[in-house]
Amino acid sequence: MNAVSIKGVSKRFKAGVTALQGIDLDVEPGEFVSLIGPSGCGKSTLLRIIGDLTKPTAGTVEVNGKPAERARRDHEYGIVFQDAVLYDWRTVAKNISLPLELLHWSRSKRNARIRDMLELVELSGFENHHPWQLSGGMQQRVSIARALSFSPSLLLMDEPFGALDEMTRERLNAELLGIWQETGSTVVFVTHSIPEAVFLSTRVVVMSARPGRVAGLIEVDLPQPRTSATREEPHFFELVTQVREQLAAAGAPLGETQEPALVEDQA
Amino acid sequence: MSAIAVEPSKRGIAGALPRAAARAALLVAGLALLWGVWEGYRWLGIRGHWTWPFEVNDTNMPHISKIWHAFGQPLQPDGPPLRHYLWHWAIFTGKEALAGFVLGAAIGFFLAVALSQSKVVRRGVLPYIVVSQTVPILAIAPMVVVGLGTKGVTPWVSVAVIAAYLTFFPVAINTLRGLLSPDPEALELMRSYAAGRWKILWRLRVPTSLPYVFSALKISATASVIGAIIGETPASLQGGLGYAIVNFNQYYTIQPANLWATIIVCALLGIVFFLAIVVLERLVLKRAPENFA
Repeated sequence: MNAVSIKGVSKRFKAGVTALQGIDLDVEPGEFVSLIGPSGCGKSTLLRIIGDLTKPTAGTVEVNGKPAERARRDHEYGIVFQDAVLYDWRTVAKNISLPLELLHWSRSKRNARIRDMLELVELSGFENHHPWQLSGGMQQRVSIARALSFSPSLLLMDEPFGALDEMTRERLNAELLGIWQETGSTVVFVTHSIPEAVFLSTRVVVMSARPGRVAGLIEVDLPQPRTSATREEPHFFELVTQVREQLAAAGAPLGETQEPALVEDQA
Repeated sequence: MSAIAVEPSKRGIAGALPRAAARAALLVAGLALLWGVWEGYRWLGIRGHWTWPFEVNDTNMPHISKIWHAFGQPLQPDGPPLRHYLWHWAIFTGKEALAGFVLGAAIGFFLAVALSQSKVVRRGVLPYIVVSQTVPILAIAPMVVVGLGTKGVTPWVSVAVIAAYLTFFPVAINTLRGLLSPDPEALELMRSYAAGRWKILWRLRVPTSLPYVFSALKISATASVIGAIIGETPASLQGGLGYAIVNFNQYYTIQPANLWATIIVCALLGIVFFLAIVVLERLVLKRAPENFA
């Protein structure tokens, strides 16, 4: 059974823009798959369709063999956005606890899990801090801890490190790989950054813009565990070049950063 | 481990005392400035025989010292001093205002919660809520008092209802705005947890709205005092500041200082209400420091 199975998914917005067309993609359990492409290629939209946060105009999505909506209701995935989206009025511990409260976990079970998660993202000792007292990188770690707190098998990440500086980003990349190996979860990761996609992924999905299509799949056969030394290997650069060429071939106008504001069709 | 970006608390004990002293000095300076402006204007106005916008004389602008003196003067021969009456009137009006404030804030809040749930309801009901505030309160105050009076409602409760009428509006409008203000991603997060309407309401929308609610409560706190004072006048309700204002108005040419003393007490009552909300906000709201107004 695939962790994620996308068949013939298309998405058209009200403005008449076709964000996605005919997307087919299977993600196996335990894979780390990155979606990369130019702005407006619909990669964030595709991630939201997997999470049943927006509906496709055509096609079907299954997560762990269930239709996307069923999977969402069964808490099959955790999600991390570009902004940490932490609740200001809750402490770090309480933010991580939010999904557990919604799942009616008992207090003692919650507290034990919060402790584990803080350890996992190396934030032990910060449980009683409020989000505004943390740096951007720390906030994003809390966000990851929250997404993984209820042990979903799938982690959806929408440019989670896009707003961070390069050094913090590289450190969090390494930490994320550690967490991924420790938890054994499947990750679908949206990014703008080619080195990030290559460093993290077992497979990179290159997308083209308007309409968004799968332009190419690249297997990343860099050995695990990957470290900062991985970034200096010749094969790492070969793969980066390969992704860059595929993006160029897909007609990607690189350098854009603004996603167009799109109005949803179903509203 | 990343560099720790935890800011030291800005409310250290070491800095607390000088800061309190600075605040007290600022308050004294502000009051002194007010005194200076009043007395200065008075002095210039009397010497220059100003008639615009009003004639300046002992009746229109008594000395501050005279007003201060009035607090200690007996209202009737051998009776207790004015401040004794003012204290009791302020308690009475304060009771009306507090009851009206609590009632109005509750109505405003739950109205906003109801309106936040449906765009259709919002479109249908919101105009009437706005219209409710364009009706002159002076015109409906007697109707409320008489109307409720025939139902056996105690007059002070009727006045509280009028205060509530002024209170609920800012609370309803601001709370609604707050309830609708969560980021799209915060809502998507709740959806990803398959949280329903009520869980989203109580765990996301209501906490997000609290800064807006408190802004509204600060406006409403003072408005409820005004509402109570205005409500007392047509109700011919004795024993409150509104009645005192009407009464002292009639003797203004003889004893202007009494009215001014009453006005000062009204202002103080409003300030007490306002500060109570500020304190409550500090206790309840857990937000980044920049989110406090």
